[in-house]
Amino acid sequence: MALLEIKNLHVAVDDREILKGIDLTLDAGEVHAIMGPNGSGKSTLSYVLAGREGYAITAGTIRFQGKDLLAMAPDERARKGVFLAFQYPVEIPGVAGMTFLKTALNALRKERGAGELDAMQFLKFVRAQAKRLEIGDEMLKRALNVGFSGGEKKRNEVLQMAVLEPILAVLDETDSGLDIDALKIVADGVNALRSPERAMLLITHYQRLLDYIVPDRVHVLAHGRIAKSGGKELALELERKGYGEFLGEAA
Amino acid sequence: MAGDAPFVDQFSAAAPLPALRAGGLARYRAAGLPGPAIEAWKYTSLDALTKLGLLPAGGAPTTLEALPEAALLAVDGYRAVFVNGRFVPAFSALDGLPKGAVVESLAAHIARDPAAAEAALAGADDGTPLVALNTAFLTDGLVLTVDRGVVLDKPLHLVSIGRPPDGQGVAFHPRHLIRLAPDAVATVVESHAGVGGAGYFANTVADIRVEDGATLRHYVLQNQAAEAFHVAAVRLALAARASYEGFVLHIGARLARHELAATIAGDGVDCRMNGLYLVAGSQHVDNTTFIDHAQPGSRSRQLFKGVLDDSGRGVFQGRVLVRPHAQKTDAHQLSRALLLSRKAEMDGKPELEIYADDVRCSHGATIGSLDQEPMFYLMSRGIDPATAYRMLVEAFAVEALDEISVAAIRDAFATHAQAWLATRRAGGGA
Ligand SMILES: Nc1ncnc2c1ncn2[C@@H]1O[C@H](COP(=O)(O)OP(=O)(O)OP(=O)(O)O)[C@@H](O)[C@H]1O
Ligand SMILES: [Mg+2]
Repeated sequence: MALLEIKNLHVAVDDREILKGIDLTLDAGEVHAIMGPNGSGKSTLSYVLAGREGYAITAGTIRFQGKDLLAMAPDERARKGVFLAFQYPVEIPGVAGMTFLKTALNALRKERGAGELDAMQFLKFVRAQAKRLEIGDEMLKRALNVGFSGGEKKRNEVLQMAVLEPILAVLDETDSGLDIDALKIVADGVNALRSPERAMLLITHYQRLLDYIVPDRVHVLAHGRIAKSGGKELALELERKGYGEFLGEAA
Repeated sequence: MAGDAPFVDQFSAAAPLPALRAGGLARYRAAGLPGPAIEAWKYTSLDALTKLGLLPAGGAPTTLEALPEAALLAVDGYRAVFVNGRFVPAFSALDGLPKGAVVESLAAHIARDPAAAEAALAGADDGTPLVALNTAFLTDGLVLTVDRGVVLDKPLHLVSIGRPPDGQGVAFHPRHLIRLAPDAVATVVESHAGVGGAGYFANTVADIRVEDGATLRHYVLQNQAAEAFHVAAVRLALAARASYEGFVLHIGARLARHELAATIAGDGVDCRMNGLYLVAGSQHVDNTTFIDHAQPGSRSRQLFKGVLDDSGRGVFQGRVLVRPHAQKTDAHQLSRALLLSRKAEMDGKPELEIYADDVRCSHGATIGSLDQEPMFYLMSRGIDPATAYRMLVEAFAVEALDEISVAAIRDAFATHAQAWLATRRAGGGA
């Protein structure tokens, strides 16, 4: 059984069709990259996986671990192991980042039948993960994403992923806005999470990320469809040739 | 009509300071109970008050079995307790006040030196109807005097309890006098609550003078009983370099109004007035402020935030006046209301009247519901919608509480606010 199976997915926003028949299968242990021009529907796909409101599923199915993902509320999906690292993480003033993460982790642990962590255990665990991502205590203390730079927000998303240990991680342009050193740190963080039980979907514009996190498959999303799939060498080819060959095919 | 104004028939010429009180009665009688006909009361009606049949506090109890939880604050400090507006020494704790800081009940002050009391009381009555009504019936209250340079080492907790006698409504009109001499420092925390099921009307006036370089922190927890009408008028005079930090947390009462009128009468003044109001059921909460920048070079800051659920109604009227020669005034005002229910309502208007040209003044007002984006973000991490909702509402409220600079009091107020927030449910009032 595939970990994630997307079949003939059609999605519309305000009566405009954005995704026009996506078929995509991820097995446990795999990392797939999705590339494609701006506006082609990559973030839309990530939001639909996470369960954001406002997207009408006009046709198709998504099965996660054999279950109907679309029937689950966003929080239920997360507790079952779906995680989205947002392209644009939202700032939430007044919600302490650590309180938020502890609430989330304990909700997940409860679902998994593990006991809740107490404040000390939690702090120790998060600090260890944060250290690997070079996130200091000062950043941990702040309100959720408030006043974080673009790169800090992305690192914070990866920290959440490391703490919440998802089964399916979708990373939407987590590399955008990172400087070269931060990219390496984040990539190491992501690689550390690669495991035979876990699958990842990396949305990116840059082949450079894929030098660090080598994908099993690369897909090109254009005009709401997977226009081409291949091995990691496809990313190199795109880097050379651009998206020209996919842009002709108008909506 | 004016002759029919409620309470007039309860006036007693036999009580102390009859002349002062008769003056208040005359002004109140001429105006009547304020209502939507006058601009300052455009959004708040006291009509329901007249139907309560309120007795004067004279015969009402001045004892208690225990302080109600709604009035408690986990803060180490001095304590002065009032029941139905009368000072209750048995529940108070005023030992060990530093030299130069004096706390006395107004009734004792009047008995000791009626002429001095009358002179001290004359200033605050600006003729607004409820302050005049307060003058007509003033009997007791708190008198706090802090001498030059003296620091009140612990907060003074002023507890005001409404306790209507069995099934009968009661009205009381406390008058507090707070006098800080130059460079004095004090923290005063008020908590207002009630016991017993009947309605009552607490019509409080706090007459406050903060002299040159003195600092007053003044926090108010309005946690009145569900049937209570609460009107508190703060009349504040700030001399040069004085600092005032005010905060009001509204949780209780059927109808509540906190009204601050501050006169900035010197330069270098720092006047802050912030608040949080948590409104549900059919409660009505009104915050009305008037900051009069009468002298140049001073600063005022206001942040009022409200969370309105069910059919709750909120009002914020903030008026800032910058007089012609009050150059270099720096005044900022922000009102933000979060509506949790479609039936909740928020009214009000900022009013900046600026007659000087070299000033920095701004105001803002927002009214909105909870944003979907943060809600989705929290849920996308596994947090259930009810918890996510509470976290976001609390986050909104906490920003106001953060304005309280004394940590212990901020925490104590947060405890009361959280108890209210814990009763909110996602979609509960929609
Ligand atoms: N909520 C929305 N309302 C209207 N249009 C939307 C909405 N969400 C997405 N779209 C449109 O759908 C298309 C796909 O957007 P999407 O964000 O998925 O693209 P993307 O591939 O992630 O692009 P990028 O590389 O720039 O991040 C765009 O044309 C976008 O304008
Ligand atoms: Mg995108």
